[in-house]
Amino acid sequence: MIGNLDARIPHGALAQKWTNHKDHARLVAPNNRRKFEIIVVGSGLAGGSAAATLGELGYNVKCFCYQDSPRRAHSIAAQGGINAAKNYQNDGDSVFRLFYDTIKGGDFRSREANVYRLAEVSNLIIDQCVEQGVPFAREYSGLLANRSFGGAQVSRTFYARGQTGQQLLLGAYQALCRQIAAGTVTMFPQTEMLDLVLVDGHAKGIITRSLVTGKIEAHAGDAVVLATGGYGNVFYLSTNARGCNVTATYRAYKKGALFANPCFTQIHPTCIPVSGENQSKLTLMSESLRNDGRVWVPKQAGDKRQPAEIPEAERDYYLERKYPSFGNLAPRDISSRAAKEVCDEGRGVGESGRGVYLDFADAIARLGENTIRERYGNLFHIYEKITGENAYRRPMRIYPAVHYTMGGLWVDYNLMSNVPGLHVIGEANFSDHGANRLGASALMQGLADGYFVLPYTLPAYLAPQIGKRPSTDRPEFREAENGVRTRTEKLLAINGKRSVDSFHRELGLLLWDKCGMARNAAGLRDALARIPQLREEFWRDVRVLGDGEALNQSLERAGRVADFLEFAELMCTDALTRDESCGGHFREEHQTPDGEALRDDENFADVFAWEYQGNGSVAPPKLHREPLQFETVQLTQRSYK
Amino acid sequence: MNFKLKVWRQKDPKTKGKLVEYKATNVSPNTSFLEMLDVVNEGLIAKGEEPIAFDSDCREGICGTCSLTINGEAHGPDHPGAACEVYMRRFKDGATIVVEPFRAKPFPLIKDLVVDRSALDRIVQAGGFVAARAGSAPEANATLVPKQDADRAMEAAACIGCGACAAACPNASAMLFTAAKVSHLAFLPQGQPERTSRVLKMVTAMDAEGFGNCTNTYECEAVCPAQISASYIAKLNREYAVATLKKKAG
Repeated sequence: MIGNLDARIPHGALAQKWTNHKDHARLVAPNNRRKFEIIVVGSGLAGGSAAATLGELGYNVKCFCYQDSPRRAHSIAAQGGINAAKNYQNDGDSVFRLFYDTIKGGDFRSREANVYRLAEVSNLIIDQCVEQGVPFAREYSGLLANRSFGGAQVSRTFYARGQTGQQLLLGAYQALCRQIAAGTVTMFPQTEMLDLVLVDGHAKGIITRSLVTGKIEAHAGDAVVLATGGYGNVFYLSTNARGCNVTATYRAYKKGALFANPCFTQIHPTCIPVSGENQSKLTLMSESLRNDGRVWVPKQAGDKRQPAEIPEAERDYYLERKYPSFGNLAPRDISSRAAKEVCDEGRGVGESGRGVYLDFADAIARLGENTIRERYGNLFHIYEKITGENAYRRPMRIYPAVHYTMGGLWVDYNLMSNVPGLHVIGEANFSDHGANRLGASALMQGLADGYFVLPYTLPAYLAPQIGKRPSTDRPEFREAENGVRTRTEKLLAINGKRSVDSFHRELGLLLWDKCGMARNAAGLRDALARIPQLREEFWRDVRVLGDGEALNQSLERAGRVADFLEFAELMCTDALTRDESCGGHFREEHQTPDGEALRDDENFADVFAWEYQGNGSVAPPKLHREPLQFETVQLTQRSYK
Repeated sequence: MNFKLKVWRQKDPKTKGKLVEYKATNVSPNTSFLEMLDVVNEGLIAKGEEPIAFDSDCREGICGTCSLTINGEAHGPDHPGAACEVYMRRFKDGATIVVEPFRAKPFPLIKDLVVDRSALDRIVQAGGFVAARAGSAPEANATLVPKQDADRAMEAAACIGCGACAAACPNASAMLFTAAKVSHLAFLPQGQPERTSRVLKMVTAMDAEGFGNCTNTYECEAVCPAQISASYIAKLNREYAVATLKKKAG
């Protein structure tokens, strides 16, 4: 059914590919743009910026989000910053260096051409956001300020206190609001996409459910853009918002879109540790804190003294010890595993023993408390709210938590999936971060895709499609609508004994244990045996009260958890099949003598793209491989020493 | 810890609502307020009763989705912060806690504790933006912005759009919300070309939504999770007065 996986990477030298591609790409003339309807699902940095920009260009856009306002998409919670290759600090940065750091940070499992383009457009993003009124941090001169992030030896991160995601999203939201007022964008808040509709093999519509009235509706479009974020909530506990889910991308997968590298998940090293069994989510403490905070644990296992009572000589600043050139700014996957390792040795701190210190005492002594407050005040405030502890006085306790997912729907260079017309942008696609994303690069990618890539690549699909938008009266829409209605009714009819959350929590614990920071074949096989049982139990014993024709939050969650219960199996299958370690995918069987991820480039320098064949118990997904061509960089063992 | 809850239950906008009593038992002080409600809901589901509907998403105080009035205070007792940032250690063991939705006429109730705050979006749609088309921007460092101006813009831009200001105000005024956006963009050079039309359009939209006027009770500032200062309302009034004069003068 699916032929060769052709990423359609333009010919020519790496630095010329995007320019050449744009020079020769098809266009849609201004008077024809208004004849197209584009469906954008999601209103975060990727979806919001894409919807606004397509509206500015004159297309008709329908934008959908599950939140009650597009401004609440989870991009808003990103704290630390956004990378760009401006080299304002004169410290040797360049487009090439940002490209190289990103490829290396991703442990050589992403596409050169896509990543180079990302680095290339990064500078335009900063220009655009400043012009929108994003209040980036500035120096006294009035120039833009920068800070450092993990995995880089230059300062290229732009920021707005600890609320960079919020400010960038508000910029995109305001641009979106302008288009809503202009009538080019119609916004559908509190509306969830529950299926993708294909007509003659092309993505031509979606089925939605209003979360307020329960109304199920069909929407037709000339193209569908998914910007629905990542699937980190498959783990139940993550730093994602409660509503984040895999449903839109998973439904597209079930309609034939390939899901790429689902096992590439990012465990962020600096989150507030889990504190009780009723905890509903985890909270990130921005990586930017590692600019000034020093990570340590006691040298002795079982040392229960207060941190202030542990003398300098009895502390192990393990990141500085193991990675002297990057120190506390080692990349996320490496820092997370290092934290797990010291805690496994019994040197973890806090009640649970699953925590390490992030200590600001030196920075406060050097810079004064006020400077630290100015840089990270809101983070210290959140920390105190949650833990009741003052991090100006005693070190923070942190532990890794699920944060971001590098995997996602497979897309070509034009950000189009293998299903014609279905485009996927932002965290929802797989393309730019390989097996590990560097800090401050998610915001960059979301906005790059929405403002500067998709608006140039979408016309390539649209141009020959003029006048081909189907009516929602077609049987394909009726059929998909009935499918959604039947499933909703089925969930409400089970009336078993267990709540939706209890299933989700059980699935999350299982995945954290078997497919979390470290994985091995035996554990993954256990998970693959257990997930179908849990899924069967869910469909037999879940209890969803209320009805489908009104606001029903249990029903919303039930639908999402049902998809997570299928998706989890795909994730573990991918993790088992990828019999190497790379980036955040750490297979215990494959490590260097120092305990670092050991890649197998000969056999696994590929994208794994999975095709749906029926639920795991019926038929396993079919693997397609896209070999990664490295024409510019040399594949090496990553070293941050 | 143990608590007695009185929670507003209302099936839909048409049905009359009432406070219903529930018990929250054996709650750890490190549980968040919303997690405590999650546990109460699990208990309700086990008994076959429909769980309490309430809004939340990020649960870390930035998305502005949560919207509870706890013991008569928008976002509860732990200011500054959103309802999702309230922890049970803030309450006395055995206390009675009253939980209601954000109440303001422009925020119609949907169900239980969930209200419709789309009025706030419509105020921004009226003009709360800089009309900067993607691709049209000059080099970012071409325009210098004094640090002080950037800092003040950031203070105003920190608004999370939760609507607590209007819920806490006896007049259901959204002046603090509107003032924050008008001020944010007025402090920056990029916001200047549309400065006059922006404030006029946003204030008109705010009035059309049915939000009341400001009578200086400062309840908005007291409950604002983003610590937006009420002095921005004075700035909004100045911006509005100047814009009105400019318009009259043509």
